[in-house]
Amino acid sequence: MKVTIVDYNSGNISSVINSFKEVAKDKVNIEVTSDLNKIKLSDKVVLPGQGSFKSCVEALNNIDGLKETLNEFVMTNKKPLLGICVGLQMFADVGYEETETKGLGWISGKVSKIDNQGGKFKLPHIGWNQINIVKDSKIFKDIENNSHMYFVHSYEFVPVDKKVVSATTDYSSNIVCSVEKENIFGTQFHPEKSDKLGLKIIENFIKI
Amino acid sequence: MLKYRIIPCLDVKNGRVVKGINFIDLKDAGDPVEQAKIYSDGGADEICFLDITASHENRDTIYEVVKKTSKECFVPLTVGGGIRSVEDINKLLNCGADKVSINTAAVENSKVVIDSSKKFGSQCIVVAIDAKKNGDKWEVFTHGGRNNSGIDALEYAKQMEKNGAGELLVTSMDRDGTQAGYDIELMSKISSKVNIPIIASGGVGNLDHLVDGIKLGKASAVLAASIFHYGKHSVKEAKDYLDSKGIPVRI
Repeated sequence: MKVTIVDYNSGNISSVINSFKEVAKDKVNIEVTSDLNKIKLSDKVVLPGQGSFKSCVEALNNIDGLKETLNEFVMTNKKPLLGICVGLQMFADVGYEETETKGLGWISGKVSKIDNQGGKFKLPHIGWNQINIVKDSKIFKDIENNSHMYFVHSYEFVPVDKKVVSATTDYSSNIVCSVEKENIFGTQFHPEKSDKLGLKIIENFIKI
Repeated sequence: MLKYRIIPCLDVKNGRVVKGINFIDLKDAGDPVEQAKIYSDGGADEICFLDITASHENRDTIYEVVKKTSKECFVPLTVGGGIRSVEDINKLLNCGADKVSINTAAVENSKVVIDSSKKFGSQCIVVAIDAKKNGDKWEVFTHGGRNNSGIDALEYAKQMEKNGAGELLVTSMDRDGTQAGYDIELMSKISSKVNIPIIASGGVGNLDHLVDGIKLGKASAVLAASIFHYGKHSVKEAKDYLDSKGIPVRI
């Protein structure tokens, strides 16, 4: 089994690497790379992302052939991919952070700023919030409803088809915080920073 | 519902904890990694290291500490103290810090906050404001509280939000070390002034002070050092207490 964390200069990914290595121990090979061939040969891919939607998409586009390789991995070969934070947001058709930017278009929808009701809610949404699991997801095996996860974001993914939503969280409104569509998984929260339950989600993904 | 956070802070000097938990069963009371692990296992929502290493030659010790801690603690880790440049931030993040807290450099060179929040995202940029009351306003101090910049803390807070800070760590220098409680007026004024979360710091002597910081000071998170040291209170006790006062916490 080989799991690849895509390193495309999308901000700080040390915590993602540390958490996957902690879960994998010596049993699963965790690779951190932007090498297209290595990604192609992986069983699973993790797409992290920090910073803005625009900066992450640009960083992805800056590596020749990376977008196409990920497309093939996910859409043609139907292998499992986990997007974390902006990694999840990039599944959308379009994002509106900084400026309108085209996403990967794997799950139809848009990424827009959380409606903080005229300043009633502080942004970014930072800290531990409970997740409301709305459908069975392979990554939620042994995760109880209302578990706490660590969030830090100001933008939310709004998918067109609500059937892809596996969990929401309550911050000014019900924000989509996890999706599952066939082989595509994503969390808006940071499993790598969500203590033991977060590590369990990572383990679940590795075990798919 | 979003929970209020409790953040224990450890002072680290030359790679060793100088103020920390002093449990008898601790193998090595000076080991920051072991202490951070005790806090995170005890339910700390985040961990904060304040590097107070004075000499430049020993600055690298903090990188080793962060590297080791981030391999064992899977809650957010904030590191502050002595950060001068975007490159310093880059190094700490690469070692596994999730956020950095910038104090003096944010006052002296606004580009540090602007550039680093653009490069790494606002989510990892915390601006630390050390404020001291002067008449009816508060002034921002730098260099660990030694220099008065004369800058108005409220205006500065607003400016840092604009520059791209994701959070503000507000310390009252009048209260720090006194155990008399947070400067509630300072906290609530800054919190009302900005739209980003604030972390209250400086002066906690008992668990009621944490409650006040949240209820009256309107802080999203409370940071404390000494009440968690020497086993006076555990993070768990603090959380149970906040819960009993109707404050939502992660238990």
